[in-house]
Amino acid sequence: MKAPSFAYAKPRTLAEAFELIERPGAKILAGGQSLIPTLNMRLSAPELLVDITGLAGLSNIEAKNGAVRIGALCTHAMVERSPEVREHLPLLAEAMPHIAHPAIRNRGTLGGSLALADPAAELPACAVALDAVLIIASRKGERRVRAVEFFKGLFETDLKQGEILVGAEFPKAEKSAFVELTRRHGDYAIVGLAAVTKQRERRISLFGFADRPVLIRPGSLEEAKGSLPKPAADLYHSSATKLHLAKVLLERAWNRL
Amino acid sequence: MEQTLTTTMTVNGSQVTRAIPARQHLVDFLREELGLTGSHIGCEHGVCGACTIRVNGEVVRGCLMLAVQANGCRVDTIEGLSDSKELERLQKAFHEKNALQCGFCTPGMLMAAQDLVRARKKATREEIRAHISGNYCRCTGYQAIVDAIDEVING
Amino acid sequence: MGKAELPLHAPGTQVDKGYIGESTPRPNAQRLLQGRGAFTDDLRFPRLAHVAFFRSPYAHARIRKLSLEKARAQPGVVGVFDGRAVAEYCKPWVAVLAHLKGIKSPAQHAIAIERACWQGEACAAVVAESRTQAEDAVQHIEAEWEELPVVVDMEESLSGKRVIHPDLGDNICFKREHDTGGVEEIFAKADVVVEDTFHFGRHTGVCVEGRAILADYNAAEHSLTVYHATQAPHMMQDIFSRHLNIPEGNVRVIAKDVGGSFGIKVHVYADEMATAALSIMLRRPVKFVADRLESFLSDIHAREHRARVRLACTKAGEILAFDLDDLTAIGPYSVYPRTSGIEGNQVVNLTGGPYKHQKYRARMHVVFTNKNVTCQYRAVGHPIAVALTEGIVDLAAQKIGIDPADFRRKNLISDDAYPYTFPSGIKFEKLSHHKALDLLLRITNYAGLRAEQSRLRQQKIYRGIGLAAMIEVTNPSPAFYGVGGARISAQDGATLRLEPTGMVTVMCSVTEQGQGTEGIFAQIAASAVGVSIDKVRVITGDTGVTPYGGGTWASRGAGIGGEAVLLAGRALRANMLDVAAKMLSLDKAELDVRDNHVINRLTGEAKLPLAELGRVAYFRPDTLPIDFQSELTVTRHYTPRQYGFTFTNGIQASLVEVDPDTGFVKLLKHWCVEDSGTVINPMLVDEQIRGGVVQGIGAALYEECLYGPDGQLLNGNMADYLVPMAGEMPDIVCAHIETPTLQSQLGAKGVGEAGTAGAPAAVMNAINDALAPLGARVTRMPFTPERILQALKKV
Repeated sequence: MKAPSFAYAKPRTLAEAFELIERPGAKILAGGQSLIPTLNMRLSAPELLVDITGLAGLSNIEAKNGAVRIGALCTHAMVERSPEVREHLPLLAEAMPHIAHPAIRNRGTLGGSLALADPAAELPACAVALDAVLIIASRKGERRVRAVEFFKGLFETDLKQGEILVGAEFPKAEKSAFVELTRRHGDYAIVGLAAVTKQRERRISLFGFADRPVLIRPGSLEEAKGSLPKPAADLYHSSATKLHLAKVLLERAWNRL
Repeated sequence: MEQTLTTTMTVNGSQVTRAIPARQHLVDFLREELGLTGSHIGCEHGVCGACTIRVNGEVVRGCLMLAVQANGCRVDTIEGLSDSKELERLQKAFHEKNALQCGFCTPGMLMAAQDLVRARKKATREEIRAHISGNYCRCTGYQAIVDAIDEVING
Repeated sequence: MGKAELPLHAPGTQVDKGYIGESTPRPNAQRLLQGRGAFTDDLRFPRLAHVAFFRSPYAHARIRKLSLEKARAQPGVVGVFDGRAVAEYCKPWVAVLAHLKGIKSPAQHAIAIERACWQGEACAAVVAESRTQAEDAVQHIEAEWEELPVVVDMEESLSGKRVIHPDLGDNICFKREHDTGGVEEIFAKADVVVEDTFHFGRHTGVCVEGRAILADYNAAEHSLTVYHATQAPHMMQDIFSRHLNIPEGNVRVIAKDVGGSFGIKVHVYADEMATAALSIMLRRPVKFVADRLESFLSDIHAREHRARVRLACTKAGEILAFDLDDLTAIGPYSVYPRTSGIEGNQVVNLTGGPYKHQKYRARMHVVFTNKNVTCQYRAVGHPIAVALTEGIVDLAAQKIGIDPADFRRKNLISDDAYPYTFPSGIKFEKLSHHKALDLLLRITNYAGLRAEQSRLRQQKIYRGIGLAAMIEVTNPSPAFYGVGGARISAQDGATLRLEPTGMVTVMCSVTEQGQGTEGIFAQIAASAVGVSIDKVRVITGDTGVTPYGGGTWASRGAGIGGEAVLLAGRALRANMLDVAAKMLSLDKAELDVRDNHVINRLTGEAKLPLAELGRVAYFRPDTLPIDFQSELTVTRHYTPRQYGFTFTNGIQASLVEVDPDTGFVKLLKHWCVEDSGTVINPMLVDEQIRGGVVQGIGAALYEECLYGPDGQLLNGNMADYLVPMAGEMPDIVCAHIETPTLQSQLGAKGVGEAGTAGAPAAVMNAINDALAPLGARVTRMPFTPERILQALKKV
């Protein structure tokens, strides 16, 4: 199980990075906690890995204007430990310990998780629930995309050739709840939900459910349960089971919203 | 043509510089190039925890990091932390409570355990179980491991 | 008679047991704790080459053409070989045993030649300067395949519509029928008949260390040294010799540290045989370490069973008969040399085992499928037999309305009934079911648990308590394999040597897989010789050094190897006293050995340090009488023969809470009472039981090799195949009854498999107990949330 051959470059500036990622067969490497397993299994064969972890200024967490901006290179552990996150984004604080295990959280990054867009992952769902804005840089400058528009499908995002996700802004919410069901501690969830109440509106984002986080904005619990689409089955759970479990989670989270 | 990169890191306190193939992960480098065979390869996809080592003071999966990414880093393995005696209390407790059988998972398990020992003054059994839940042991029932860590943290 | 010549279990006699029964930490754990063990993959050799295999992507396909030229041209490649090339050096094998009447299997080659019969079967080998280069080159092998019909389902296989090996006529590898007679009549007349069908998922061992072999052929000597992560070095020595055509004396197998085995590393694997052949072909050392993905595809799997079981009993709750129909699928080949018929055979032998009914009928089929091969994995057949027995026993108790503990007490074989022959034909020397049950009920506070359970039910909290009584095969005699013609030794040997310094070296044919073999041998040797444990060094796992023997499997290491160490230790002590008697000009009968000294037996006075005895015996024998020669190296062997197996018994309990909304099962606590005879090291025994319980919990809740209809393994990685991790496991309480076997002086029975044997049944019964008020029941392992929700009709 040894990775196929590839080249490696570690740019120091965004400008260098933009040049490198436009090369044929280039792929961005951040924390590598999802990418490196696929390399070791030879499920992925990039020609060039562009290691962006040397880029300056992408590892900050700062609270301002009712939101918390988190740099793409912040590791899960940094987010987990952040006083700003704990104070302003209890949803993220509650979600972080569910992401894999400490050794993974020490390397895995916020940007990497969002850019990978694994439909069973916690962070994309949190971003959608909070109505986060993702900040994307390219040679042409920066653009901002709402999370709900960023996730396009199974491991598919709005990121285009030549672009790098550099951070995300998570607006505060009044209330929040994070629940997920995993067979074992740290596993990807069978199904989970990240939910907030913002300006009296409940925003509930389900993960492990469809090809991307599913956002619902129900007025009542019954409406919430009735508005769920048919989920995708996984290895161990049929669509019917996932739908049932999602409804159970809705019931459990509802009173916290 | 295989790309190699000249990489310098401090492994168990000694600086090493090698030309490392870009694709080689850190545990393969430690094992194959430096002969530090105490870090074990159990799955090479980040699940079993047998290759858990410390980079810049934080535990990581050695199979989920390229060796070239450790350029400029401080890397500590079971051999180094044994010689420095940092793990002495845990090793003693593991030994006395038989918290290992085949010993293949043990270096990684000790790394994960020491991470908790350094971070916490107190920990419940549930918290200990949660902290080592990313380290797979097929031999023990985990109970002796929890007992050993419990003793070191909670006295 | 000297005190230590008595069996350790001699009734009414004070015997100094020394370290036996003490929780002594294992000396060999120290190197493992510092990452300074020597696992096979840690070894470094000059000119070491690495092999990677080209494995079949299809479950069943004819190899029309293999193009190896491109692969041969890749950087670092030493050689690329197909099945025909390797077959010139390695003879194929057929895994059958004479005492499993009618068992059949096709010949299996080290590398498949014409046809691949499961996804993952090796079809070509690439040897290169590094594993990475070998894997690179494998990607350049081009194959033309002709896909063949795939048989995945075992019922379909049994029907024989498509026959995997046409030469064999049908898909039945082995079948067995057993009948005491009178079963039909009993079922026709019985007050109560219960019946259910149970399904057991196919699962696998997932040793943290993958299979590993380093074969080093020396062309000058025509000798082969194999460093092998194995449980049975002598068995492998014989097999390498016969199949690679090297005189047995020229083959040496060395098992250094082994990273877990559980039965996975006691079989002949085609890719490992190929590795040894490649070393001969290339005249240099070649290493193969199975990576995790190929481990899932090629380590033996186990357990896939579908079994229907019926039980007849009286209204009063007396069990009258069991009736069993078991079907199991083993992949396309019976595995060499133990065969894949044993697991099903054990299910027939053991089902109903703890109980005193007299009528029993069983029918069992072992069929071929196009999945990975299955064979003996920890507790072979027991988890199935125990779950069938205990699952149907609970159903009967429920139907009659008797508490499961009371129902068992009525039916367990009495503690004074031994020796006893069970209706399947197996014989028990001495078991203690009732003592074990009583102890379990005490340590669980069973009555308290039941009261708490009903209290919580009022609050809609659904807890369940599950019991599982069990019997287990340990210390097998030659009746297990030897009588069937397999060259698998049922005996083991130990050599003890007093060193000039007063140290004792132990060499034993039982191997260390982490269970603590070397630790308990040190305890036994120190106790038998009379030295402190720090004076003992133990060497295992080297056919060039140790006496001949079977190795580690079937819970036999302590009971058989330990007895050999004890006998050798006592003999060495006697020989040491001979020397001392000459040196001191005293009567041997006045002397003994204790605390590294020869002492006066009556007064305890130290007469002579062993280091002085060693000095004289080795360096100044000229000072001893001319007609006296010291013999300070002693070898003894032991084979259990009075019984086919030394059965043990035990009983487990599981406490769970089921969330009826999610189908999740929370394991709250687990108990195991075990009677494994003399306990040599309680600390080691307890954690080994716990590890076994956790593997059994894996079977009950998590582990299953999932295959698609095309025979593709769907979850062959550690993210998708779920093994038990620390976060979900309960604390496990162990307690012991000690009924020593009287067949040996040591009295130890085996214990390595007990936890795994009983845990699935206990957890299953606990879940069903929790679900009972909700009218649901599960019988298909593993009990995933989905299966529980389906039983609750929620999905």
